[in-house]
Amino acid sequence: MTMFLTIAVVVLIFVVIFQIAKASEYVSVLKGEDISRKQNNKVNGFLMVAFLVLGLIGVWYCNKLYFGKTLMAQESASVEGARVDSMLWITIAVTGIVFIATQFILFWFAYKYQENDNRKVFYFPHNTNLEIVWTVVPAIVLTVLVVIGLRNWFLFTGEPPKNHMEVEVTGKQFNWIFRYPGKDGAFGKKYYKNIDDATNELGLLWDDQLGHDDVITTTMYLVKNKPVKLIIGSRDVIHDVGLSHFRMKMDAVPGIPTTLWFTPRYTTNEMKEMTKNPNFVYEISCDQMCGNGHYSMRGVIDVVDQEEYDVIMAKQKPKYLTTFPEKDPSKPVDSVKVAAKMAEPATKPIAKL
Amino acid sequence: MSNEAVLHTHSDAAVHEVHGDQSHEHHHHETFISKYVFSQDHKMIAKQFLITGMFWAVLGGLMSVLFRLQIGYPDATFPWLEDILGKWAKGGHITPEAYYALVTTHGTVLVFFVLTAGLSGTFANFLIPLQVGARDMASPFLNMLSYWFFFTASVVMLSSIFVETGPFSGGWTAYPPLSALGDASDGSKTGMDLWLVSMALFVVSSLLGGLNYIATILNMRTKGMSMTRLPLTIWALFFTAVLGVLSFPVLFSGFILLIFDRNFGTSFYLSDIFIKGVALPNEGGSAILYQHLFWFLGHPEVYIILLPAMGMVSEILSVNSRKPIFGYMAMIGSLFAIAILAFLVWAHHMFVTGLNPFLGSIFVLLTLLIAVPSAIKVFNWLTTLWRGNVRFTPGMMFAIGFVSLFISGGLTGIWLGNSALDIHLHDTYFVVAHFHIVMGVASMFGMFAGIYHWFPKMYGKYLNNTLGYIHFWVTIAGAYMIFWPMHYEGLAGMPRRYYDYSIWESFKQFTELNRFISTVAMIVFATQLLFLFNFFYSIFKGRKVTVLNPWGANTLEWTTPLRPGHGNWPGEIPEVHRWPYDYGKDGQEFISQTTPVGADESHH
Repeated sequence: MTMFLTIAVVVLIFVVIFQIAKASEYVSVLKGEDISRKQNNKVNGFLMVAFLVLGLIGVWYCNKLYFGKTLMAQESASVEGARVDSMLWITIAVTGIVFIATQFILFWFAYKYQENDNRKVFYFPHNTNLEIVWTVVPAIVLTVLVVIGLRNWFLFTGEPPKNHMEVEVTGKQFNWIFRYPGKDGAFGKKYYKNIDDATNELGLLWDDQLGHDDVITTTMYLVKNKPVKLIIGSRDVIHDVGLSHFRMKMDAVPGIPTTLWFTPRYTTNEMKEMTKNPNFVYEISCDQMCGNGHYSMRGVIDVVDQEEYDVIMAKQKPKYLTTFPEKDPSKPVDSVKVAAKMAEPATKPIAKL
Repeated sequence: MSNEAVLHTHSDAAVHEVHGDQSHEHHHHETFISKYVFSQDHKMIAKQFLITGMFWAVLGGLMSVLFRLQIGYPDATFPWLEDILGKWAKGGHITPEAYYALVTTHGTVLVFFVLTAGLSGTFANFLIPLQVGARDMASPFLNMLSYWFFFTASVVMLSSIFVETGPFSGGWTAYPPLSALGDASDGSKTGMDLWLVSMALFVVSSLLGGLNYIATILNMRTKGMSMTRLPLTIWALFFTAVLGVLSFPVLFSGFILLIFDRNFGTSFYLSDIFIKGVALPNEGGSAILYQHLFWFLGHPEVYIILLPAMGMVSEILSVNSRKPIFGYMAMIGSLFAIAILAFLVWAHHMFVTGLNPFLGSIFVLLTLLIAVPSAIKVFNWLTTLWRGNVRFTPGMMFAIGFVSLFISGGLTGIWLGNSALDIHLHDTYFVVAHFHIVMGVASMFGMFAGIYHWFPKMYGKYLNNTLGYIHFWVTIAGAYMIFWPMHYEGLAGMPRRYYDYSIWESFKQFTELNRFISTVAMIVFATQLLFLFNFFYSIFKGRKVTVLNPWGANTLEWTTPLRPGHGNWPGEIPEVHRWPYDYGKDGQEFISQTTPVGADESHH
């Protein structure tokens, strides 16, 4: 019922507008097209300036309402992200000045030079000096922006500092799997054909001793002020590790590992205080369309200090030991059973080694 | 010189052809089918492209209204949605499957069917022969085929909406492996097959059209119409056609490989995939290869959409300022620079795919370089207005609106083209705001400007002015209200293509804003219906055009009869003696291109 009512109202509004429009056309024919055109011109010329003024007020008002809800109002949670922020501010300043100036000129000219019988049009087909000026000046400004941008770009995509830690991130429809290299600091090899959702979600190859201490988690734990290098991959379609608080992002592509590094500089708890939001949490958002559950592909990062990190990691059991509990040195061992289990994965193809 | 000689022979040939044509016309009665359906008259084909484009614009726009309902009112239920969409809106609530299908189809349709076929298909067909002084296109038959391939593509795309597993739903860019594997998403099953078939037909349509446009512009200009006397519309449409002809085949090759991966077990794009509990045998492919092939078209495509609008805006601004376009040669030069650079920046869509950082840096440089010719164009448009005598026809209003939107959207391109900022803003609402303003709405404004300006030539009637003004003011205000705040959502890191933000601590603070945007989107959509009504009503009942040249313009199309038949000029094609922008010269309001240069005329 409300549906029909809405449609009826909309149709009614349409009819009214149409009748007014038609009437005004008849009036303009009666008055003489020249006169009515000039009247229209005056009205629209005025509206041009009105639009400029109201538009700029709107820009200010929008900023007032929403600036506080953007990340611009928060400090970057990573050292590198702070450079993104400062670059953003420089770019806003440059483009903002150009925006205001050109929009002002556009609508002001439209108003000022609206049709007037007394004005003689200035025949002005070209002017080489002017054209050189507005080719060269933008080129110089853009060069500055490019230089700033590329310096940051090469820092972001370059090698992380020596003291960095590594975490492997694997995307799948529709969640994230994190792997830590364990005490030996090296990841064990994996092969996608070994994947088994119940027992081996990453397809780790148990023949590789390096993998025996690898830890798999569902939350990513990072250490404050310690650079972290993410080694990113995907099990199925393309995903994207979106880290808005750290101002970073990298695609997860099946078959082609990518990397990304940054240095977290506030713990989750510190961010809770800084943002005055007790529910604050670092989130990983999937930023590349990956299927119907794309919007729910959420990961959580917990940034803690070193002591807390050591405590958390000490509690994690390597994947190898949860898969083969009998190999756990803290438990009694049945050697026959283990031998049988060990033989099993070896029969699978390991071409990717 | 030899160039002149070439011109002469060609115009002679054209004249001969014409005589043949005319006698043809006299002897044969045109049937309904040959006049309105399988017409070979470029003007009728233009109208076919326009009206098909409008159909898709309404459908694509309606889709955006539907998915904006979900973003704006995620908790509300709309029982009527279930009446329309059935299982796709169970309980009056759009499902994620339907949401993504709507988003994908909206993108595909608006980019290709509306802003490529609807825009350059319409105006290249309508304006090229009329403004260069030709009887018709180089090949009217291929031109007709171009439309019918587009029509078939439309039918196939439309049919994909009705298949049981739904239309393709992996985003208009159709990145594999998502688009390659039916197991990854239901939309990637039959829906994707139909999507690919439709797009392949569309590529054929674009190529047939584009080759024709290029051939006509280069070979069929009337006597005296040298390349530097062409209106800027024609220059823009020329570069558009060149871009399309050189880049659509690359997209097509990308699609062929995708079809092979989907159906014949190849591994061009597939590697190391475990899906639905099964490890696929494909190894060694690269999902990124598709992105290179796609964006090699995808980026020029942006300019295929934008350049015709730029060309028409240049023409309309000059005519209605009663003043020559400022820097005609610089305008051509900047169009040329944009066309070249369009081919050299595709990887700026791929900064975060793990692209080689050095390669990325080259693409940053080339991308930001585009801002230079863009800036030249903007400053030249502004100078064209300066000390002019501006008439606010509805066409002129939309042209001014185009410049405003092009500035707003172009400037945010400087943010996104800089890879170190893109790494933060990529795939957020900032990108959505950027490309909708600069490519979507701006080009729509160019299209509206063209329709309002050339409607009298198309149908011999005027559109209603009052409705035109209402259309303009609501649309420009609405477009800014929709897309301006989206920049803020993007700066909050809010990802695009999300069905629901309520589970996200980082992105759930924009509920009210999303509702506001959705509401404005509905109002703007309703206003477009007002335009649509104005369009069809005026074709039949509009105020009649009684003068040959209602805007006082210099270009050749206004020298044709009020309702030109097939062949455009009843007698000989007029000869051209000057460039098209002699407005306000030596105290004369305008001097048509067909007026010989007077002995005492000043030189500039």
